[in-house]
Amino acid sequence: MTYSAFFTIILTPLVILGLATVLTWVERRLLGLWQDRYGPNRVGPGGMFQAVADGTKILFKQDWIPPFADRGVFILAPAIGMMTVLLSFAVIPVTMGMGIAGDMNVGLLFVLGMMGLGVYAVVLAGWSSNSKYALLGGMRAAAQMISYEVFMGLSLLGVVMMAGSFNLHDIVAAQAGVWFIIPQCLGFGVFMLAGIAQTHRLPFDLPEGENELGAGFHTEYSGMKFGMFFIAEYAGIVLVSSLVTTLYLGGWRGPFLPPAMWFALKTGVMIIFFILLRASLPRPRYDQLMALGWKILLPLSLLNVMATGTILMLRAS
Amino acid sequence: MLDTLRTLFLTALHAFHRRATVQYPEQKPYLPPRYRGRIILSRDPDGAERCVACNLCAVACPVDCISLQKTEADGRWYPEYFRINFSRCIFCGFCEEACPTYAIQLTPDFEMGEYARPNLVYEKDDLLISGTGKYPDYSFYHVAGIPVPGKDRGASERERPPVDLHSLLP
Repeated sequence: MTYSAFFTIILTPLVILGLATVLTWVERRLLGLWQDRYGPNRVGPGGMFQAVADGTKILFKQDWIPPFADRGVFILAPAIGMMTVLLSFAVIPVTMGMGIAGDMNVGLLFVLGMMGLGVYAVVLAGWSSNSKYALLGGMRAAAQMISYEVFMGLSLLGVVMMAGSFNLHDIVAAQAGVWFIIPQCLGFGVFMLAGIAQTHRLPFDLPEGENELGAGFHTEYSGMKFGMFFIAEYAGIVLVSSLVTTLYLGGWRGPFLPPAMWFALKTGVMIIFFILLRASLPRPRYDQLMALGWKILLPLSLLNVMATGTILMLRAS
Repeated sequence: MLDTLRTLFLTALHAFHRRATVQYPEQKPYLPPRYRGRIILSRDPDGAERCVACNLCAVACPVDCISLQKTEADGRWYPEYFRINFSRCIFCGFCEEACPTYAIQLTPDFEMGEYARPNLVYEKDDLLISGTGKYPDYSFYHVAGIPVPGKDRGASERERPPVDLHSLLP
């Protein structure tokens, strides 16, 4: 292992964690902006160090494990959530050279696998908490997962077919002419919805559902374990945004600016869009989400795969 | 679908709206003169205390946060002590309404936070101000029919001299 690769491996999680922490502040400021108020603007310039203050506070909070919880799993769950998200970043190519394993030949499959494992964090957290709200949250997460995971994979198939590779480098390289968001607009829409469901963000934050389930799967969590769920959620937003950037928005490609800048810009826009979604859309019932997934999005993504395949076949012949 | 996009657009437009927040410590909101804030005891235009220790405020107070004791000096009544427990006070303004001499008044000041609860018990020294408050010209002893040093019976404003019952003259 070269020195620089080692350095990247150390640095990437730190950057992601820092970004996720700052995102908590960014989100609150943006929500404030869209709700005609300010949001946290007292700590540091523009309230920038709010995240630091919150982090410090949550570190010193009592980390309580309820006596009725399944202790081992209870501790494991937030770690799984954090780990799967951080591991997924390994295959995200920021630029040609930046990134840990952007050139992995099954990069996209790896991300999908990690996202699938990420559900265990929520389900196990809800189950091991041994309380009804947490269990309901975990159950919803499971229900949500089986409905979105299917069409998430299928929606990405169009991209894979067009690029002819699971390798994220190759996928970005295949977008040299036109970004996949144009030929794959259907897949893009479906993947966006799946991505929101995957990060269990509003409007699809059914496992959390703070107004009907307390806090859903992390009702019983406190201190830094809760903090880890929280950070993992924001890291998940960054992950899905950077995935959308890589798969549909041409990754680091763009004129004038350096590639890393383009990647950051596109990802930033996607993150802001995620926050805008939270600011404006109400949460559906979870049967509505499942109905949407199975009855509309799954056929749509199948259609997308079929259409893409047909066009590619016709073009080849 | 279109509804959703419209919602997103309308929410995004709110970025250009004026914010409703008042940045409080830097930017004070306007409080009208009749705002019910910190309670004070005012003085009459001559500089004497208006409070005559009638206890009506203490009676009117729904949370019993006012405590006072009457004393007399030169034929006038004064509160010997006057104590308001602001940790109980609900700022209802009933004391102000009950006061026959405009002595007790509520002011547009609400910044009375304290770290220790006993500090919220205001004594007469803390309550008494040097001005007349909301009623600059009012002086109870100038209109009341009570004789005080310097003002005999019948010498009040809009008061006729008392009738001499022993005189037979019309």
